[in-house]
Amino acid sequence: MQIAARSSEGYTILDISGDIDLAHSPQMRKALLGEIKEKRIPKVFLNLKNVRYIDSSGIASLVEGLKASRDVGSRLILYSLSNNVREVMQLSRLQKIFEIFDDEQQALAS
Amino acid sequence: MAMSPTGVNRLVKPVCNPNRRECQGERLTESNDASGSMASTPAESDLLVTLQLNSNPEALCLVRAAVGRATELLHFQDRECRAIVRSVDEALANVIRHAYQGKNGLPIEVTCRKWQGNDNGSPTAGLEIVLLDSGIALDPASLQGRELDDIRPGGLGLHFIKQSMDQVEFSRNHGKNQLRMIKYLVPATAQAKPEGE
Repeated sequence: MQIAARSSEGYTILDISGDIDLAHSPQMRKALLGEIKEKRIPKVFLNLKNVRYIDSSGIASLVEGLKASRDVGSRLILYSLSNNVREVMQLSRLQKIFEIFDDEQQALAS
Repeated sequence: MAMSPTGVNRLVKPVCNPNRRECQGERLTESNDASGSMASTPAESDLLVTLQLNSNPEALCLVRAAVGRATELLHFQDRECRAIVRSVDEALANVIRHAYQGKNGLPIEVTCRKWQGNDNGSPTAGLEIVLLDSGIALDPASLQGRELDDIRPGGLGLHFIKQSMDQVEFSRNHGKNQLRMIKYLVPATAQAKPEGE
C-alpha cells in the first residue's frame, strides 16, 4: 500500500493505492489520524480509486478516523471508491455514515 | 458458550436455498449434529491447493491471490470471488490476531477443494476452504461479531464471513482450530441481487 498526500489551503487529500489489509491498515490509520488529530486539518479527503482491497481492519481505521474528525469538528470525506471498497462499505452498512462522493471534483465541491 | 459435544460449532447453518440473501442474518449457533451437508469427505472432494504459511500479515496477499485464482477456476461470478477471498482473508486475520495473539511465524494451513454435497436434498457443487492453526482454543462466544448498528472500529470480520459463505463451522481437534467454510456455486441465472442493495 502507498499513501501520497496533497495539501492545500484548509484541506489534505490522501491518495491511497494498493491493499488496505491487516499488514497495512496501521500505516493508513497513522496517516489519517495525523492529519485529523495532530495537524487539525479541517477537511481530509481520501481518494480510494486505486485501492484494490480493504479488509475489516482497514474499515476499522476509517471508522476511527471518522470518530476523530467528529471529535475535533473536522470532516473526513471519501471518494472514488473501487468496487471492492464499495462492497465492504455496504456489507458494513457504513455507506450512509461516511461522506462519500463519486469523484474528486464532487468531493472538493462539497 | 461451551463447545458442543461433537466439538463442532456451526457459525452459519446450511441454508435452504443457495440464494445468498437468505443466508444473511444468521447468528452463531451451536450444532450437536455434525451430519449435515458439511459432512462431505475428502473422497468426495477434489484438492485445488494447500498453502502452508506463517502467521505473518504480509503473507495474506499471497493467500488472497491463490484463493482468488481458485474461485476463478470454478467459475464463480466476480462478486462471489471477491466475497470468498474476503472471507478467507478475514478468517486468517482472526487466526493471527486472536488464536496466535498477534505473534508472527506460527503455522497456518489453508486448503481449497472442489466440493460436492447436498443443499436441502439437491446436489450442489461449490468450494470448500479449511483453515487449520495451532493457536489457543477460541471461545465460540467470542466469534459472535458485533451488531452493525453499533458503529465502532472492529468486530466486522466474522460478519463479512457469515454474510458471504453458505456454511461455516468451527471445531477444535487434537489441539488445532479448524474453520471450514463452503460456498455454493450458483448458476449465473440464479444469482441474487447484489448484497446490500
